[in-house]
Amino acid sequence: MTFEIPDFIPVIPELFLLGMGCFILVADLFIPQARRDITYGLAQFSLLGALLLTLWLAAPEVRITMSGTFVADPMSDLLKSVVLLISAVVFLYARPYLMSRDLYQGEFYVLGLFGVLGMMVMISANSLLTLYLGLELLSLCLYAMVAFNRDSTQAAESAMKYFVLGSIASGVLLYGMSMLYGITGTLDIAGVTAGILTASGEFNMALVFALAFVVVALAFKLGAVPFHMWLPDVYHGAPTPVTLFIGTAPKIAALAIIMRLLVDGLGPLHADWQGMLLILAVLSLAVGNVVAIAQTNIKRMFAYSTISHVGFVLLAVMAGTTEGNAAALFYVIAYALMAAGGFGMVLYLSRQGFEADNIQDFRGLNERSPWFAFIMLLLMASMAGLPPTLGFYAKLAVLQAVVQVDFVWIAVFAVLMSVIGAFYYLRIIKFMYFDKPEDRTELSRGMDFNVVLSVNGLLMLGLGIFPGILMSLTAAVR
Amino acid sequence: MFADWPLLSLVIWTPILGGLIVLTMGDRMPEASRRVGLAFAVLTFLVSIPLFTQFDRGTHEMQFVEMIPWISTFNIHYHLGVDGISMPLILLTTFTTVLVVIAAWEAIQYRVSQYLAAFLVMEGLMIGVFSALDAVLFYVFFEAMLIPMFLVIGIWGGPNRIYATLKFFLYTFLGSVFLLIGLIYLYTQSGSFAILDFHHLPLGMTAQTLIFLGMLLAFGVKIPMFPVHTWLPDAHVEAPTGGSVILAAIMLKIGGYGFLRFSLPIAPDAAMALDWLMVTLSLIAVVYIGLVALMQQDMKKLIAYSSIAHMGFVTLGFFIVFMIFNNTGSWQGAALGISGGMVQMISHGLISAAMFLCVGVLYDRMHSRRIADYGGVANTMPWFAAFFVLFAMANTGLPGTSGFVGEFMVILAAFRADFWIALLAATTLILAAAYTLWLVKRVVYGEVANDNVAKLTDVNRREFWVLGVLAFAVLLLGVWPAPLLDVLDATVDNLVRHIAVSKL
Repeated sequence: MTFEIPDFIPVIPELFLLGMGCFILVADLFIPQARRDITYGLAQFSLLGALLLTLWLAAPEVRITMSGTFVADPMSDLLKSVVLLISAVVFLYARPYLMSRDLYQGEFYVLGLFGVLGMMVMISANSLLTLYLGLELLSLCLYAMVAFNRDSTQAAESAMKYFVLGSIASGVLLYGMSMLYGITGTLDIAGVTAGILTASGEFNMALVFALAFVVVALAFKLGAVPFHMWLPDVYHGAPTPVTLFIGTAPKIAALAIIMRLLVDGLGPLHADWQGMLLILAVLSLAVGNVVAIAQTNIKRMFAYSTISHVGFVLLAVMAGTTEGNAAALFYVIAYALMAAGGFGMVLYLSRQGFEADNIQDFRGLNERSPWFAFIMLLLMASMAGLPPTLGFYAKLAVLQAVVQVDFVWIAVFAVLMSVIGAFYYLRIIKFMYFDKPEDRTELSRGMDFNVVLSVNGLLMLGLGIFPGILMSLTAAVR
Repeated sequence: MFADWPLLSLVIWTPILGGLIVLTMGDRMPEASRRVGLAFAVLTFLVSIPLFTQFDRGTHEMQFVEMIPWISTFNIHYHLGVDGISMPLILLTTFTTVLVVIAAWEAIQYRVSQYLAAFLVMEGLMIGVFSALDAVLFYVFFEAMLIPMFLVIGIWGGPNRIYATLKFFLYTFLGSVFLLIGLIYLYTQSGSFAILDFHHLPLGMTAQTLIFLGMLLAFGVKIPMFPVHTWLPDAHVEAPTGGSVILAAIMLKIGGYGFLRFSLPIAPDAAMALDWLMVTLSLIAVVYIGLVALMQQDMKKLIAYSSIAHMGFVTLGFFIVFMIFNNTGSWQGAALGISGGMVQMISHGLISAAMFLCVGVLYDRMHSRRIADYGGVANTMPWFAAFFVLFAMANTGLPGTSGFVGEFMVILAAFRADFWIALLAATTLILAAAYTLWLVKRVVYGEVANDNVAKLTDVNRREFWVLGVLAFAVLLLGVWPAPLLDVLDATVDNLVRHIAVSKL
């Protein structure tokens, strides 16, 4: 028996992140609390290092390695870069919050790094097993992070909910995968596709069953209605930096596995899953936008707004065209940037003993800090999909893909829902600009925080005026 | 000398840049912010003048065209250009903004730099709407201007401002998303977002009807037409004077412009099939809203309803063309309706701006818009009274003022279509006279009503010049409309020829 040494080069960013994660795990034990900045610095170094490695190793061709279980292609290069970048921003936003609440501990960063590693594995998965491994690595880190503030009963409750429901979803996914394996006899995603093509007819019923299980599990991970129940509770209960983490990069990874598994792997069954995704998308748009209006807690509001954004992403995937896939990638990247900024603003307002997670806490921000009120204005306009911000082009791309496949009425429904959605984003603008502040505490964060948050907000406008940059990137990788 | 300058880009981006500069000046130097804001507004107006002087009146082709690829994935271009329909509206915008900036000099004391920045940015965006030749670019400008207006009404508005501004925003946003779907559908059919390509795209009747209705929602809300007009009185009443002026003088015109640039040329067959609907809604606006205006207790609300009635005249002029075709089969008669509507838009831009500024002058002194609080203002403010009466006369369409020209043309066109339509349209002359003159009688004439009125001081120099310039423009356009009609001629003629050809 010969043992073939796999090509390690495409896996270097993951290996680097794994090594650094393990190193920080051990090194952190010897770092006293007062020097925790070292852990933070190491974590940022790992993320940025992995980012540089990813960019450096990026290549236009598809590289499959590790006995066919791992793939690096332009899509994975793009998505990994964005995931790493956004995670670095998340760590930066999280720091003042963690410091002021005795949560500034190495575990946060170690769990975060392993979560990022899980996302990278998901993005590069080329076999059902790798995909599942990545997903579980991410999920386990997230369960622990939600419960990170161990004195908070609310956080513990959220974590428990997340864990139980998340495990069920993982089980469902595994079950669907096992059926696929049973039908096609392989775990390799390309092999599954080929197997479906040859097996069709004989195993139609089994295939549709497998498909249903896979779609349900993916819908759960994304938070699409009717599998969304966990999302508001987890968003609300988790410490805000963790909500920020859950709400941004993992969405990109979840879309990546949809691309790998559903669009590529189960592509021959497009006619079957198109209807499923359509129902999920329509329900998500309706429930997300309508229920968000009733929220007074901004984290819950963002949770429902996430659900509605997921609806848009699923609409784009549902189209099943190259344009649709590119639109979904564009949308999810735009969404991750908006959500990072939105939660960043919540963290900006919060301080020790004050969570700033009520919508009312934005009252009169224009008087307290005109600049960050403007940044939040841009973020909210972008989430509402108002031009000239990034969110508009994301919606435009999705709508274009949907109209192109002759679902004009679905597009009409989607825009109607975004009009409803515009209301609750406008309400935040209303609180910031039209009301007087009640709380006049000085707002100050570190220089790095202010600069990154400003760039994050201005990016909405910058990428809104020049959306072609990001759009051609996402169009090129699909 | 300006031939090779990117004039349209300059006119769009100068005020936006100025707005950003003013915004960064913050609240510490209100006086300096005002001066810088005014400088940029005047500069923009000066830059826009060559658009008029260098305009080639003999062609309907787009002029001052600029075209740069913008979003290559969707074949979207930064494509600007103006023709006879859009150029006068751009001048109206740059002209009005200067007046609005001056009118805010003393009236606005809270967050001056943000106020001026909002108006300057809005000016650039509105000019963008009028000059965009790419549908996405148009839509971006069209939607983007909602945000500054939303803030203007919400921050500097009256007591009920939050309701009014949310209503304004959501109404307009709701209407415009249907336009977006229509534009995307047109893109999937034509492979490009160029508006001029849409004009020549053959479309089936169902598609045309749906697109027409979608656009009707967008532009009908904007202009506004009965029954989606209810946001306008609320927005006008709560908005600060400058907001009302821009809203009435320019934003409403964007609805009318949309009909001419999109609805008519893109879906001519649907417009023809649905012209009964448009004419009926227009007549309801003219007659019913005219009656509603009669009953108002609030000066701004009265002028707001009068705006809706006048805009009904505009849509009547635009959509009566098909009836004229059927009756006379002549091009010229039909063109008269559209030209009349355009003249009415420009004239209403000036007159409504003037009326709202007049109310602003009174409001700054008395802090009341209720008609009942006034009476005998002419005794204490003779100059103001003279201006107010002049603008009121123009509002009723008195010959010699700009209000007459457009109304006369539209009524004349209506006679070629149908006697009864013309008759109903002509009632506006009576109704407008009734509500406007009754307003004048109650506010300006009679005995001095109360002590507050007795303490009023006449217009100061700044207000005098603002109103004086507007009065001059109103009279000039009234006695000598030829420069405007010359500009319109070739474009309107081409438009009428275009919509006469079925796309089916």
